[in-house]
Amino acid sequence: MQTTFPRLLLEHAAARPNAPALREKEFGIWQTLSWRDLAELVEALAGGLAEAGLKRGEHVVVVGENRPRLYAAMLAAQALGAVPVPLYQDAGAREFVFPLVNAEVAFAIVEDQEQVDKLLEIRSECAKLARIWFDDGRGLRHYSEPGLASLDALIAAGRAWAGAHPGFFAAQVAQASPHDVAAMFFTSGTTGTAKGVVHSHDTLIDRARAGARFDKLTARDEVLAYLPPAWIGQNIFSYAQWLACGYVVNCPESADTVMLDLREIGPTYYFAPPRIFEGLLTTVTIRMEDAAPPKRWLFDRCMALARRVGPARMDGKPLALLDRIGYAIGNALVYAPLRNTLGFSRVRVAYTAGEAIGPDLFVFYRSIGINLKQLYGSTETAVFVCLQPDHEVRNDTVGVPIEGVEIRVSDAGEVLVRSPGLLKAYYKDPAATAEVLGADGWYRTGDAGFLDASGHLRIIDRAKDVGKIVGGANDGALFAPKYIENKLKFFPYVKEAVAFGDGRDKVCAFVNIDFEAVGNWAEKRNLPYGSYTDLAQKPAVLELVRECVEKVNADLAGDERLAGCQISRFLVLHKELDADDGELTRTRKVRRRFIAERYGVLVEALYSGKSEQHVETEVRFEDGRTGKVAATLRIVDVKTYPPVGRAA
Amino acid sequence: MAARAAGDVILEVRDISLAFGGVKALSGISFDVREHEIRSIIGPNGAGKSSMLNCINGVYQPQQGAISLRGRTFQHMKPRQVAEMGVARTFQNLALFKGMSVLDNIMTGRNLKMRTNLFQQAIRWGAAEREETSNRIVVEKLIDFLEIQAYRKVPVGRLPYGLQKRVDLGRALAMEPQVLLLDEPMAGMNLEEKQDMSRFILDVNDEFGTTIVLIEHDMAVVMDICDRVVVLDYGRKIGDGTPDEVRANPDVISAYLGTAH
Repeated sequence: MQTTFPRLLLEHAAARPNAPALREKEFGIWQTLSWRDLAELVEALAGGLAEAGLKRGEHVVVVGENRPRLYAAMLAAQALGAVPVPLYQDAGAREFVFPLVNAEVAFAIVEDQEQVDKLLEIRSECAKLARIWFDDGRGLRHYSEPGLASLDALIAAGRAWAGAHPGFFAAQVAQASPHDVAAMFFTSGTTGTAKGVVHSHDTLIDRARAGARFDKLTARDEVLAYLPPAWIGQNIFSYAQWLACGYVVNCPESADTVMLDLREIGPTYYFAPPRIFEGLLTTVTIRMEDAAPPKRWLFDRCMALARRVGPARMDGKPLALLDRIGYAIGNALVYAPLRNTLGFSRVRVAYTAGEAIGPDLFVFYRSIGINLKQLYGSTETAVFVCLQPDHEVRNDTVGVPIEGVEIRVSDAGEVLVRSPGLLKAYYKDPAATAEVLGADGWYRTGDAGFLDASGHLRIIDRAKDVGKIVGGANDGALFAPKYIENKLKFFPYVKEAVAFGDGRDKVCAFVNIDFEAVGNWAEKRNLPYGSYTDLAQKPAVLELVRECVEKVNADLAGDERLAGCQISRFLVLHKELDADDGELTRTRKVRRRFIAERYGVLVEALYSGKSEQHVETEVRFEDGRTGKVAATLRIVDVKTYPPVGRAA
Repeated sequence: MAARAAGDVILEVRDISLAFGGVKALSGISFDVREHEIRSIIGPNGAGKSSMLNCINGVYQPQQGAISLRGRTFQHMKPRQVAEMGVARTFQNLALFKGMSVLDNIMTGRNLKMRTNLFQQAIRWGAAEREETSNRIVVEKLIDFLEIQAYRKVPVGRLPYGLQKRVDLGRALAMEPQVLLLDEPMAGMNLEEKQDMSRFILDVNDEFGTTIVLIEHDMAVVMDICDRVVVLDYGRKIGDGTPDEVRANPDVISAYLGTAH
């Protein structure tokens, strides 16, 4: 049963040579690459890399969007026993230095001029980096850097080389062991620097297959690859499971056309972090607000019905006859066209993970007939730990442990996992490895959570973030920042939130407004604004956010364990938290310690009782230049509620 | 822009004079454009820049002087004939079909390359279908080049101004011109759009080897991307040379900044 990715490729190419493996939209047409063509391409690339001197166990950096030839390059590296290291294509040049030096990378395969420029910028610091190949040569004609060449040249050289060395490719593929390292993923890490997570063919393929069996995936499924390939989720869904199941992976034309391409492809298996689902819902909401009154009325009526009966329908429960008829009418008039507009007409299984998803958001998609589910996992566990079975989907849990996984909760409340998909190690970091991976095989997830009565896992927060309120009226109360932040983020007007409170006498928060949603809200009220900073400090907007915070407080008051961490004061930040400024990770998680330090003066202002605070912040633009944003931020007090349980 | 090697003279303008009734728009203008260079025409409002372009383009017939393209001299030529000789242009106020899609607008630029007649095209059969396919490939490559894939099927009128300018450029490029005339390609654009457009102009020049003549007001853009500059003022040529030479020319300084009399 054990195998490697290149072997899976050759099996598909032998069993169904003409079946499509990859599609890419180019020049307005979906161009198909069959399994046989792909295998040929991989063989040529492998020949080229071998000729260039790539050895077993060496690392090859791959940077770019989802492009068929970059996928082929990863397979080619694996065929030679080398280790592809995908990096985030939107990361700045500085962020590449650590992985390149750490993994002693000599070869890089990148998408285009943008990535080439970044690598050339840091070349002097990465002494080992010898060769760079690019997929798209636009703008690179006049570059005469040593070692820089096109993928076309590599493929041509590889074809010639393969001709001169018949049988080499097959021998190399046969030589690989399933226990060899297959890929390394640098985790963004909400604290400290990145760590390389090492996975073998075995760990990735085992989890890919377990997930595929859980959801009965087949070679007939279709996937759209549009998330960063450096993220293990993307790698599992459109690389590991692609090769394990043999389905079709579709690459969009460009980052701007993803929504159009999604509609054209109509994937059957779909994966997105909550922010994508949020973004889609925001678009739908804004467009419905702009629609003519009769359409709006129809939409509201149908959605009310969907919210009432849709989730039960998705759970496979019997519906009253009248509801069934009503839902069928609603489906014809609203739900089906809406699913089509969103590109979800054919979705059989859709997953979201990475962050908590808001109950309204979750219910919205399920009520219009999209089988949206949650899963739990991380880079270290090769994603699949817990999945929600089709008819047991709930908003506040992340599903049941799937085959091969054991889950235990430590005395400290931390979730521990044992599974065949665990990382081999952190690259060159035995201390960090020992910290998370015990000799007994249990992996410490760092998440605080518990298994509920029905066997579903419920995650509360990152274990290290859970703290205590000290002093004040709620002395000793539990403080779970992410739990609070997520509740805030469930409001469409709130994009990000950061809560403070560990070791302090009350909870305070930073809020980032959602520019699109609040901007639209302001326009509807004829409220003029000049910029993000200006809009963020409008008294009406602060009032809007205050209402959201108070609703969160009212909600928290009903939760016996968390009633003590209601938010007392907040401010709305003058700029969006951004990964380029180091405030978010590349997967858009807030780096709270960094933020607390960077905006220390604001945190102090929150706790010192001031009513406003001036702040100046340096921002980094996409092209690497820096500028300054200055603003005076108002601090708002919020009503808190007595705990519901004790009030009586 | 020293990287570009200037070739032979491809377009030569000799002693052109143009008058509308008693108003002299151009008087005795001569300059040349070398193959593969980016040449710009600058000057204050009313200096005669657009008139100059219209003469090259065949829209205006100058009363005096001659224009030669690759050694072929023409005095009375129609815009269509000039276009057939390989000169394309974009317009200051955009000349696009607002209700038609981006794709169809750029497709109109292929009109000169189509040989089938209206009837064949109407039933879209045989030669007409093959012709449309081959032309569509060229257009799709341009759409890819200009990075407007996301708007392929969007009516041009719904696009922001900066993107419409890009479509206009695409329509001109669809002719596969040897000489491209751009009439204020950056007018009305914000900084980011100007940077994008500059990038595209340089890329066109580089990837397709197209010779470019452009009129522009933004001096920073002109100085950054052009090889040589012609300066017009009140219909007369007052400067000609590299950006640095032109910048140091006292006549140019006084025309632009004014002088104390």
